[in-house]
Amino acid sequence: MTVVAIEPSFSRAVQERSGEPVLRCYFCQKCSAGCPVAFVMDYKPAQVIRLVQLGRKEKVLSSSAIWLCVGCEACGTRCPNHIRLAPMFDTLRYMALEEGYKPDPMVYALHRSFLDSIRLWGRVHELSMLMEYKLLSRDLFSDLGMGLGLILKGKISFLPERIRGVSEVRRLYQKGDTGEGGHQ
Amino acid sequence: MKYAYYPGCTIGTTAVEFGLSTDAVCEALGVELAELEDWNCCGASSAHSLDHELALRLPARNVALAQKDGLDIVAPCPACYQHVLVADMKLRGDLAWRQEMEALLGFTYTGQPRVRHLLEVLTEPEVIEAVRRRVTRPLKGLRVASYYGCVLVRPPEFTGWDDPEHPTRMDRLMAALGAEPVEWSYKVDCCGASLSLSRSGVVVTLSSRLAQEAQEAGADVIACACGMCQINLDTRQNLEKKIPVLYFTELMGLAFGLPGVEKWWGKHMIDPRPVLQRVG
Ligand code: SF4
Ligand code: SF4
Ligand code: SF4
Repeated sequence: MTVVAIEPSFSRAVQERSGEPVLRCYFCQKCSAGCPVAFVMDYKPAQVIRLVQLGRKEKVLSSSAIWLCVGCEACGTRCPNHIRLAPMFDTLRYMALEEGYKPDPMVYALHRSFLDSIRLWGRVHELSMLMEYKLLSRDLFSDLGMGLGLILKGKISFLPERIRGVSEVRRLYQKGDTGEGGHQ
Repeated sequence: MKYAYYPGCTIGTTAVEFGLSTDAVCEALGVELAELEDWNCCGASSAHSLDHELALRLPARNVALAQKDGLDIVAPCPACYQHVLVADMKLRGDLAWRQEMEALLGFTYTGQPRVRHLLEVLTEPEVIEAVRRRVTRPLKGLRVASYYGCVLVRPPEFTGWDDPEHPTRMDRLMAALGAEPVEWSYKVDCCGASLSLSRSGVVVTLSSRLAQEAQEAGADVIACACGMCQINLDTRQNLEKKIPVLYFTELMGLAFGLPGVEKWWGKHMIDPRPVLQRVG
C-alpha cells in the first residue's frame, strides 16, 4: 500500500495567499490547452490546480511545472471561472522555497542572478548578470555563440551603470515576504 | 503630449533599436518623452517568481518618481508596463501598503499619473490620424503579422485598451502606415519569455512555431512591441527560411522616411533589409 500525503489545509492556504479562487476550478482543462509551456510541464496547469484542491502538497511543491509557468496570463484570460493561474504558480514557488523544496536549478539561478544585479546597480546589467547565471547554473557553454553575436552587434554593454538611488532600491529588498530578496 | 518615459533595462542594450526608433518616431509626431529621473528595474519575472513583496516594491519606486511631475508614465516594454501598472493598482487600492511605501520611499501618492504602454498611446485615434499625415513613404505591399505576445493586452482587467484575444490596434497602425496586416491566430501566443536562457529548447519550439505560422499566413515581417519577444524570435527561429522581426516603431520610422533606419536594421540578427528594400 502506498501512503499518499494529503494536506487538506493546503488548498485553502494557496487560495488565500494567491488571492485566486482555486477551489472554484471544475477541471475543464482550458488552461492546459492554451498554456504555451504545458508541453514541458510534468503536470499540466489544470492538473496542478487539481492536485492543489486535493491537498497533494508534496507532489505540487516538488513539481517542475511550478518553475516553468512564465506568467503569460493566457489561462487567466480564458478560464470560465476567472481563475488566474499565474499568481497561483507564484504562490506555489514561494511555498516551495520556504519549505525547502528544491527549485529547478536553471530557472532559479536565472531569477537569482537577475535580482542580484538589480540590487547591485538598480538596473539589470546583462553581462555580469549572465556571468553570475552561468556560474550558478553550472551551465558555462550554452549560448556563447548567441552572446557573442549580441556583443558584436553592440547590444550588450560591458560596463554597468549604477543609479543614484541604489541605496533606496536596496532598502526595498530588506523585507521580502519569502526572504528571497534578502539573500546575499 | 508629454509623458514620463520609463524605458526599462532592455532599451539601452538588447533592444537598442527599439529605443532609437521610439525616440525618433515620437519626435516626428511631437510626442514628448521626458525620461523618468533615476528609474530602477521593475524586477521583471524574476521578482514575482521569487518574492511577491519585492515584485511590488521595485516598480512602486518608479510610480513614486512619477508623482512629482504628474505626467502619465509610458513604457515600451510590456513586462515593465504590467509590473508598474500592478504596483500602481496596489498603491491605489491598499491604503496601509501605500502608507508603508510612502514612508519607505519618501513621497506622496497623488494617483494622478496613469501607467500606459507605448503602443497604447501611439494608437489613440488622434495619433493614428497624425501618423497618416506623417507618412511619406507608405509601406505598400509589405505584409505584416502583428505580434502582441503575452502581457501587453492581458489580463484584460488590468490593461483594457485592446481585445485580449484578438487585439487590433497594432494592425490598425500598420494599415495607417500603408502596410497590409495579415490575419493569423498566434497574435497573443507567448514566446516563452525568460525561459530563453534557462530552457532555450522551449523558446526555440515556440519561436519557430510563431515564425512558421506568420509565414504561412503570408507575412513578410513580424511586428512586435516587446524587447524580449523580439530577441527570442530574432535569435531562436530554427527554420530554413527565417522571417525578420521588427519593432512597430521601426516600421513607423521607415514609413515616415526618417534618417537612421539603416542603423536600426544593422542591429538585427535576421537582416530585414532584403525584405524592406522591396517596399514602397
Ligand atoms: S480553465 Fe479554469 S476551470 Fe478550467 S481547468 Fe483551468 S483553472 Fe480549472
Ligand atoms: S500563466 Fe503560466 S500556467 Fe497560465 S498559460 Fe501562461 S505559462 Fe501556462
Ligand atoms: S511574448 Fe514573450 S517576451 Fe513578449 S511579452 Fe510575452 S513573455 Fe514577454
